[in-house]
Amino acid sequence: MALGVSKKEKIDGLAESAGVSLAASAWKRLRRSPVFLIGATIIGIFVVLSLLSPWLAPQDPSVPMLIDQVVKARNEIPPPQPGHLLGGDLQGRDFFSRLLVGSQQTLIVGVGATIIGLAGGLILGTLAGALGGWVDSVVMRIVDVMLSLPSLLLAFSIAAMFARPSQFTVILAVSIVQIPVFARLLRGSMLAQRHSDHVLAATALGVKKGAIVFRHMLPNSLSPVIVQSTLVLATAIIEAAALSFLGLGNPDDRLPEWGQMLGDVQNVFDTHPHLAAWPAVCIIVVALGFTLMGETLREALDPKNRR
Amino acid sequence: MLRYTIRRLVQLVGVVLVLSMLLFAWLRLLPGGPVSALLGERATPESREALTKQLGLDQPIFVQYFKFLGRAATGDFGVSTGVQPGDSALEIFLQRFPATIELSFFAILIAIAVGVPLGYLAAKRRGGWFDNLSVIGSLIGVAVPVFFLAYLLKDVASSALGLPSQGRQDAIDATRVTGFFTLDGLITGEFDATLNALEHLILPAIALATIPFAVIFRITRAAVLDVLDEDFVRTAESKGLTAPVIRRRHVLRNAMLPVVTTIGLQTGALLSGAVLTEKVFSFAGVGQALAIGFERRDYPVLLLLIIMATIVYVVVNLLVDLSYALIDPRIRTR
Repeated sequence: MALGVSKKEKIDGLAESAGVSLAASAWKRLRRSPVFLIGATIIGIFVVLSLLSPWLAPQDPSVPMLIDQVVKARNEIPPPQPGHLLGGDLQGRDFFSRLLVGSQQTLIVGVGATIIGLAGGLILGTLAGALGGWVDSVVMRIVDVMLSLPSLLLAFSIAAMFARPSQFTVILAVSIVQIPVFARLLRGSMLAQRHSDHVLAATALGVKKGAIVFRHMLPNSLSPVIVQSTLVLATAIIEAAALSFLGLGNPDDRLPEWGQMLGDVQNVFDTHPHLAAWPAVCIIVVALGFTLMGETLREALDPKNRR
Repeated sequence: MLRYTIRRLVQLVGVVLVLSMLLFAWLRLLPGGPVSALLGERATPESREALTKQLGLDQPIFVQYFKFLGRAATGDFGVSTGVQPGDSALEIFLQRFPATIELSFFAILIAIAVGVPLGYLAAKRRGGWFDNLSVIGSLIGVAVPVFFLAYLLKDVASSALGLPSQGRQDAIDATRVTGFFTLDGLITGEFDATLNALEHLILPAIALATIPFAVIFRITRAAVLDVLDEDFVRTAESKGLTAPVIRRRHVLRNAMLPVVTTIGLQTGALLSGAVLTEKVFSFAGVGQALAIGFERRDYPVLLLLIIMATIVYVVVNLLVDLSYALIDPRIRTR
């Protein structure tokens, strides 16, 4: 009897150690990483702020309520005053409220770009990696052409294609650039699995090809994609700022985005530096937060680092 | 080696052809097309029709494309409509290319000269305050929008350090030979002209160098960390080799491969970064022409400059791939 119990315990123990998935062990390590926690805290605050910003903003961000204090001739803008913590912007709108609401638009740009880039990359990468053969060749040639252009330059070119730029064209421009990156990542890790034991076993068991791809290969290829997504959230926000700076951004600034706020004040950097500094600092902090999360995730999800 | 090079060059031709086709289609498919771009939205129908005929836009698009290819083969890429109206696109490129090479060269020089030693030191002192501080610094370096940093340098550093922040050179009487302002002065003996051009390069080069620096630093650090763990380094240490010899022959040489790859890939960041940096510093290079081109929708210039940027990017990366053999003798035998 005692033997039976110990055997059972042994199996339980084995199952426990084998049952800890990569995700679970990664999470265990991440919880203890101060760098990850800093990044996650930054992003947590950012997301909460952006979701609540319509209610938190003390003033309407799109109404030029301080316009009488804007003197174009003397280059004067409304100074900080009761009810307007950071004063007004060039059009006499409450700057603090615009910064707050800006967090929401910035999140929309970042998340939108990541979702489109990810979706495009998933489709192309899965097609190439799962089917191989001529599909793979065609997809990879497309990807190669896209990658042979410097990425930011490609984003500029795509943005310039649209006669009427908007929030959506900005998102499109920064996301299309990411499609080949995601596609390559996925294809690489799926190809590596095509001849691995678990895929071979599933094939031998007669599992349908579609099920193998979606149940076995895809889930095992996702960790580099997750890491890349966090990093894209950062680059999308920075690149959106560059687009606005070149006049390729969203011209409608009733609901501002940080990159747009930064790009739009380029002519007054020297006279009103705070109009640029605030959105710039916000962008830097949030981009840093996403990067810290992405880099620590990369380390945690790397099976080599698993203990 | 030769076969590999030729294959890569043939691939490049294919990429450029596909790209030119896409860019060409892009120009034609624009709302209103090039006619609106040239005449503006309020032109009369008659003048639109006349220009459409004159430009051959009433023909099928593939006929137009082959005509464009034919003209391009003779160096005719069309006439600028916005950057320098009236000048040929090729002329604008040739005039401005040396400026961007000069700027990118100094930027990548700064990035390597600071990034590689710093990355090595950080790896050697892994986990120490120097390591942590420089890793955080490099992460912030990637997070700062390039043009914002450029404006900071322009507005704050230029007055504090007394450095010029506009253009490539003051309006001094300098002889032009190559288009590289720093070289021209050396060739003709006008050293003050070279000095002046160098002063104008410092701030834009630093702004342009930040992202490549941050990336090169991190790759160097990671590569050195990998190599330091290798058995051959321990062997070298235990057989009593001096630290400088181990560093030079064993660690750095083996860590350089990923670093060199990164340097090649960073030319892409340099080319795109130049668009932003050159705009801020009114630096008359290809990047500034692209910035103005995007703003004023100068399609002939954009078409040529984007194709040229692609060629430069691909060729630099080919050269990097070929240089592997120089760095790593193991690759030569393959």
